[in-house]
Amino acid sequence: MIETLTVIFQDYTFQIVALGSAMLGVISGVLGSFAVLRKQSLLGDCVSHSALPGVVLAFLSTGEKNSVILLLGALASGFLAAGFVTLIGRNSKVKSDAAQGIILSVFFGLGMALLTFSQNLPNANQAGLKRFIYGQASTMRRGDVFLMLIVGAVLIGTVVLLWKEFLLFTFDSAYGETLGFRSARINAILTFLIVCAILIGLQTVGVVLMSAMLITPAVAARQWTDRLSWMVVLAALFGAVAGVGGTLVSSLVPEMPTGPVIVVCISAIAIFSVFFAPRRGILARLIERARFRKLLKAEIGGES
Amino acid sequence: MKSETAIVVEDLTVAYDVKPVLWDVDLDIPAGTLTAIIGPNGAGKTTLLKAILGLVKPISGSIEFPTVGKNARKDLIAYVPQSGSVDWDFPVNALDVVMMGRYGYLGWFRRPGKADRAAAMEALAAVGMESFALRQIDQLSGGQQQRVFLARALVQNAEIYLMDEPFKGVDARTEKAIVALLKGLKNDGKTVVVVHHDLQTVRGTFDRVALINLHVIDSGPIQTVFNESNLARTYGGKEFLASAHKGERHD
Repeated sequence: MIETLTVIFQDYTFQIVALGSAMLGVISGVLGSFAVLRKQSLLGDCVSHSALPGVVLAFLSTGEKNSVILLLGALASGFLAAGFVTLIGRNSKVKSDAAQGIILSVFFGLGMALLTFSQNLPNANQAGLKRFIYGQASTMRRGDVFLMLIVGAVLIGTVVLLWKEFLLFTFDSAYGETLGFRSARINAILTFLIVCAILIGLQTVGVVLMSAMLITPAVAARQWTDRLSWMVVLAALFGAVAGVGGTLVSSLVPEMPTGPVIVVCISAIAIFSVFFAPRRGILARLIERARFRKLLKAEIGGES
Repeated sequence: MKSETAIVVEDLTVAYDVKPVLWDVDLDIPAGTLTAIIGPNGAGKTTLLKAILGLVKPISGSIEFPTVGKNARKDLIAYVPQSGSVDWDFPVNALDVVMMGRYGYLGWFRRPGKADRAAAMEALAAVGMESFALRQIDQLSGGQQQRVFLARALVQNAEIYLMDEPFKGVDARTEKAIVALLKGLKNDGKTVVVVHHDLQTVRGTFDRVALINLHVIDSGPIQTVFNESNLARTYGGKEFLASAHKGERHD
């Protein structure tokens, strides 16, 4: 067993995929914390699904499968979708979750239609596009991981730089406005970062599972702490652990896809946290409630 | 000082969609006074506060702050929102929230330091909450949460304080503490405007009142403006009579 592990850890492909997945976990943990606290968990689902037509269109118009070009396509359609959601919210009575649901379906449907269309094109080398639906971490190259490291450094750097602004905006944006911090500006920056975080994970876990990657580390981390700073650090840590863990499991077990296993790993961490975290965990609250009842009963019994 | 006006609202009209909420409102708030804004539910009290703060865009009209000036820092006008407006399960403690009051002074990018922390602790002490500084905000009672919001406004060291129902859902002890705080601010020459719904406590707490119901019904010193005929015009009908009479007895 130890020997197998040593061999795996020394394997170059494993190192690349594990590093990339860990980085993905860190990025989505950090930005996901803000998405969850803003109650915008569905935004991740919406943007990731909406990226698909952009990916296919970028491929169809350039004929290239270069990650950067495809991601630019994803970026464009992801933002278009986020923009539509904002517009609908601002100009109609449709609630934001309904708007996100509509946009998600329209864009994803369009993406699937384009994908099927492109697959029926003669001599188009489109075989790799499907990886964006369910993700294919094992196709990660050195260049992809390099791109992730750079994007990750920029995203996390921005969060550190604008920590106080993001905290203020996420907690009480109207109050922030009265202090002179324009909500629209902070919202634009934060949404941009979240969308970037989503897109960076598309290749690894795919559009379907990416929202889980964004939300789950944050939900797990919130269980263990009452400080935003710790929540963000823990979410990053959980994301990284799930990334490496998922890569490891899929290397040990043949025919096990990396992306979904990563999502299973982070979900396991989240489920454990929801049940067993001190104070906020379900178990802790059950015990607390039982103790309180007993105390109350004793008091009532004592009086009568 | 007495003749100066802190807030001048002129011809203010605000509407949500097609429904007017405030109609041609004119209101002068003298500097160094303690003003209650009263009126029935849906009269536009909160909207008036938000319009003064620039949080809602009026259809027409202007708002000026002669004592603060046009180019002054925005945080010289402090806002205490209704405590129901935020998610109290947010992962911050009381001190974190009060520190936010320093953010306007710090501006973009600059991080709060030791001096800001000390100022925040001082503000917490001023509302009797220093021993709860590191408590997560969800673990505080409604009255304590309200006091944290007040401390956050205090630390801004503003000239004008606009508060939206600070007495809502607070215990008797907190109510007393808030009244003392408001009077302290007034004695320091600050201007305080409070959206208020308890007619019985108006007389003992405030020195001026503005009666609002879509329009300004009347505004001025309590002695001349806070009377039964004005209240009847503001609240319209029998509903008010019961509470007004109770208020009389209270005096």
